[in-house]
Amino acid sequence: MKKWIAFWNILLKDMRTYYLKPPNINWGIIFPLAWTGMFLIRSGSGLDSIPALLPGLMAISILFGTTSMLAVTVTFEKKNSSFDRLLLAPISFDLLMLAKTSGAILFGIVNALIPILMASFIADIYVSSWPLLILAVFLIAVVSTFLGLLIAVAVSEVFEAQTFSNFFRFPMIFLCGLFLPVSKLPIFIRPLSYALPLTYGVDIMQGLVRGGNFMSIPISFAVLTAFCILIFGLSKHFIRKRWIT
Amino acid sequence: MDKSNMDIIVQNLSKNFQAVKAVNDISFDVRSGELFGFLGPNGAGKTTTIKMMTGLARPDSGTIITAGIDCSRNPKAAQHLIGVVPDESNLYPELTGHQNLCFCASLYGIGKAEREHEARKLLEAFNLKEAANRKFGGYSKGMKRKLTIAAGIIHKPRVLFLDEPTTGIDVASARALRVLIEDLHKQGTTILLATHYIEEAQRLCDRIAFIVSGKIVAEDTVHNLLKHDEGKHFLHVSHKGKNADIAERLYARFATMSFSFLKDNTFRVESSEPIIITPIVMCLEEMGIDVSEAKRITPSLEDVFVRITGLEADTMQKDKDKQGRAK
Ligand SMILES: Nc1ncnc2c1ncn2[C@@H]1O[C@H](COP(=O)(O)OP(=O)(O)OP(=O)(O)O)[C@@H](O)[C@H]1O
Ligand SMILES: [Mg+2]
Repeated sequence: MKKWIAFWNILLKDMRTYYLKPPNINWGIIFPLAWTGMFLIRSGSGLDSIPALLPGLMAISILFGTTSMLAVTVTFEKKNSSFDRLLLAPISFDLLMLAKTSGAILFGIVNALIPILMASFIADIYVSSWPLLILAVFLIAVVSTFLGLLIAVAVSEVFEAQTFSNFFRFPMIFLCGLFLPVSKLPIFIRPLSYALPLTYGVDIMQGLVRGGNFMSIPISFAVLTAFCILIFGLSKHFIRKRWIT
Repeated sequence: MDKSNMDIIVQNLSKNFQAVKAVNDISFDVRSGELFGFLGPNGAGKTTTIKMMTGLARPDSGTIITAGIDCSRNPKAAQHLIGVVPDESNLYPELTGHQNLCFCASLYGIGKAEREHEARKLLEAFNLKEAANRKFGGYSKGMKRKLTIAAGIIHKPRVLFLDEPTTGIDVASARALRVLIEDLHKQGTTILLATHYIEEAQRLCDRIAFIVSGKIVAEDTVHNLLKHDEGKHFLHVSHKGKNADIAERLYARFATMSFSFLKDNTFRVESSEPIIITPIVMCLEEMGIDVSEAKRITPSLEDVFVRITGLEADTMQKDKDKQGRAK
């Protein structure tokens, strides 16, 4: 019970001080809007292409809402050593990391819902299974957030956290089939796509929104889950090593 | 020795940072309810020791037992029993004073009603009531210090680690703080106080360990530390000008006395007989050295510190002030 009070208050504090700040909320709305607009204009195909764009948009919203947010906030707290307070708290590393990441995960999920809501106003969106779509959104948010955690462990300055996040994010936009199917990528680049968790998340969403998946959905779910566990484990290992020196 | 009433048992604790032996094989015990002083100059290893004892740093070797719980393997094992006031005021700049305290209490699983009550009580006790709803980032240095201390005790820890609590705050606040530390001590909290203020340690602590370059060079009650110098006489001499064989000449002339030469053209004379000043002054003048001051002193803890460590006591103070200004 006691440790859940700690968990809940860490989450609440992060929500209040970081995620619910107006600049972040705007970012969550403007970013997907801008991308949608850009693609609609570029493709010139009008509203019919929205279902095809939606999975990529959702993925990009999650990616940009979580990875750098977590990396930056954790690095910031490390830097002014307020993070020591959390390390001194009588809760396990696992619970602490979950508390720190939960805020970003929730923020990522909300970010993904914005494009869906907007799209459903202007076009007919047919989703074959909402629960599976939400599960996919959840897992993508988790894996992107944990990636941010891994970045936070690797860097010691806030600006490094930002640059490093971009270093991962921008290639992922092109490699993970967000807007260009993986099958259209040069064959020698494709192994890289399969090594990135987002590829599987996007493929699931493609399948659920317009039946355009090229891998089996259960397998993609399994791979995505495995990535979550792997990245979390890695982060934890490095955190123990680097933060308690 | 009976170890059952010990709240802290540290054995052969060591930690290196590359070539630096920050903490070098130290051992000490702190009894339950005791106020134990950790006195040493900059870089002595005080903060590193506290970090290892609280779970923020991993020892290279040695054991730490806190309240009967062996924390050497699992530094988290006793964290629910301890409170820490770090040397840096590290609360959340974007939260108010009240929010900061409530958040810190929540980390220890304290319910909402109780933590709000405790936070208000502490803000009042620390004279921060007016600033309770202002952001911590806008606090003055002393206010930050006070809130950091409040945050360290809000969950009523059994063992409290204070790392230089009075550094950087004004005289009145420091005094109020010392009263507060005494109160916590009276209520039975076990306290480890790291400080470089000798008087502070002498006034507050039951026992003191002198730590220099990662080693404990002496450890005893204030009374016992002072006893060694009972019946001895001391003279402190400051002079202008220098002479290479000043030591040789003084020893030749005053064989029963001992001399310790400090920085800045000063030295200390120690003797078991009362010291007559004039012959010493004359001896110096014969060497062409001008005496600017010669005064008898009653040995204080400071003198004991100087004798044991060979360090000049106020080097600690000076270093610290420089640091304070640089910040
Ligand atoms: N993270 C670190 N990396 C490298 N060296 C370190 C680190 N932390 C401490 N040291 C070194 O270990 C030694 C002890 O430092 P420590 O901070 O424990 O001293 P201290 O007694 O607390 O001094 P002060 O009175 O200045 O606070 C110093 O030489 C310091 O440079
Ligand atoms: Mg220190």
